[in-house]
Amino acid sequence: MSAVQTGAVVGGSLGPHTDRVEPRPKGSRTGYLLLLPGMLWLLLFFAVPTIQLLATSLYDPNGSLESGYAMTWHFGTYLDVLSAYRAPFLRSLGYAVSATVLALVFGYPLAYAIAFKAGRWRNLMLVLVIAPFFTSFLVRTLAWKSILADNGFIVSGLQAVHVLGPDGRLLATSVAVVTGLTYNFLPFMVLPIYASLEKIDLRLVEAGKDLYANGVTSFRKITLPLSMPGVVAGTLLTFIPAAGDYINAQLLGTPQQYMIGNVIDNTFLVQLDYPVAAACSVILMAAIVLMVLVYVRRAGTEDLL
Amino acid sequence: MSARTPALPRAGRWVADHVVMTVALLVLVYMFLPIFFVVLMSFNDPVSRLTYEFDAFTWDNWTNPCQSPGMCSSVVTSLQIGFLATLGATLLGTLVAFALVRHRFRGRAGTSLLIFLPMATPEVVMGSSLLALFSSVGLAGRLGFWSILVAHIMFCLSFVVVTVKARLTGLDSTLEQAAMDLYANEWQAFWRVTFPLVFPGILAAALLSFSLSFDDFIVTNFNHGNTITFPMFVWGSAQRGIPPQVNVVGTVMFLIALVLVAGGGLVQRRRAR
Repeated sequence: MSAVQTGAVVGGSLGPHTDRVEPRPKGSRTGYLLLLPGMLWLLLFFAVPTIQLLATSLYDPNGSLESGYAMTWHFGTYLDVLSAYRAPFLRSLGYAVSATVLALVFGYPLAYAIAFKAGRWRNLMLVLVIAPFFTSFLVRTLAWKSILADNGFIVSGLQAVHVLGPDGRLLATSVAVVTGLTYNFLPFMVLPIYASLEKIDLRLVEAGKDLYANGVTSFRKITLPLSMPGVVAGTLLTFIPAAGDYINAQLLGTPQQYMIGNVIDNTFLVQLDYPVAAACSVILMAAIVLMVLVYVRRAGTEDLL
Repeated sequence: MSARTPALPRAGRWVADHVVMTVALLVLVYMFLPIFFVVLMSFNDPVSRLTYEFDAFTWDNWTNPCQSPGMCSSVVTSLQIGFLATLGATLLGTLVAFALVRHRFRGRAGTSLLIFLPMATPEVVMGSSLLALFSSVGLAGRLGFWSILVAHIMFCLSFVVVTVKARLTGLDSTLEQAAMDLYANEWQAFWRVTFPLVFPGILAAALLSFSLSFDDFIVTNFNHGNTITFPMFVWGSAQRGIPPQVNVVGTVMFLIALVLVAGGGLVQRRRAR
């Protein structure tokens, strides 16, 4: 998902920008021909599977993969799933929200520094932000196992200053999972915020200063509102993959930290209980869409204030 | 801009300026800590398979990366899938981007939605949907290389469209018209003028696709059958203890990415001159 932003940054910064060109009313058939293969691919392997997922969640839960499933419009599966997997659902949302807030707290100053303070180091810092996510996600997540290990320097340090008790640990706790999630999706937060900060016309800030705004006021009234599109995009790009992730919970946590992704993975691939797994997937998707809609609407109105 | 405002004392401003930079540098350290550990652990000679600490220094992992059984073949599989998925997604996505920017057609809103949705869907939902589809048509037992490829092309496509489209919208279409005024036919104008100008966007899209495909775990995990890609190998061995050679692959990937990104920056700087 970060990729959109990276792509836009990489692709967009390579040449001079000109205003959007009106699409030429070209022979319409060519347009459809160009669209056809790509759209067919997305239709067949994205849209149709999503509908199949919905259908699978309503199959008769008494069927099995061998005997086949009958379509019985069994909405009861949703109620069963919601009561059986309430904890992992809530944990997913809790972890994803925590990771998103932390990524915003860490990512905004970084984006701000790159946009306004880095000077000639700007490109280098951008490269440093992009570089980690060209490295294997799993290998990097596993590295956190070494970093947060029980006799690693972080745990020993925290024990020395009595933040952690002598037996306290970080690995296999919620802290480790949220640390990993924040780390993994931080670039998705930094890049869109940077992109919108970079576009800000600095004369606006100067105008604010001429009107006796101090640094804090001009940040609050000018820079922050103008960077809101980046903040909204960044939080979405962080929240959505974090809510669906289960790699961090699996590698850095224990079953007590399992998120709904772990449940979906396990019910689909180990228990082979397709209707239950599909219902979990649908609920996750629905919850995300709902939260995103509410959030975008609220962010939109705050933007106007 | 500091000379103008007496509102904030100069010392306060200095601190404010440097606080932001300090926080930023700390965040960069946070982002690089794992990579530092990946490089460090690639020289580790572990005492037992389940250790995650640095025990002793060795060159062995670098001189004999294929010692870990199955790892090198998984890297080869990932490279093959990454290459083919990049080819497929870049081709299909570039065509779509051209259609979106340069042509009029009905159903633009629906098309845009279908391109946007895969990027906004969590991977676990996409992966499980595809598995639900494949098993509903009786292919559950035959999943493997082909199904991973199909899935990877699907989720890379949208990113290609967005990236190439960004480049294409920034392009002055009067250049093409100028070429045609100079008696280039449509085909020549495209290959001699438009394509070279869009090419950096296509290249960026291809690099992006490759890294998305090479690194994908979640969607692959649902649709891999018995085919083991590199992330699948890492996941599988995470249960039994990670072979240190995995960190060699991680380090090499990081170095290649760094060279590519830095190289791209150099080309960009040279063009800017």
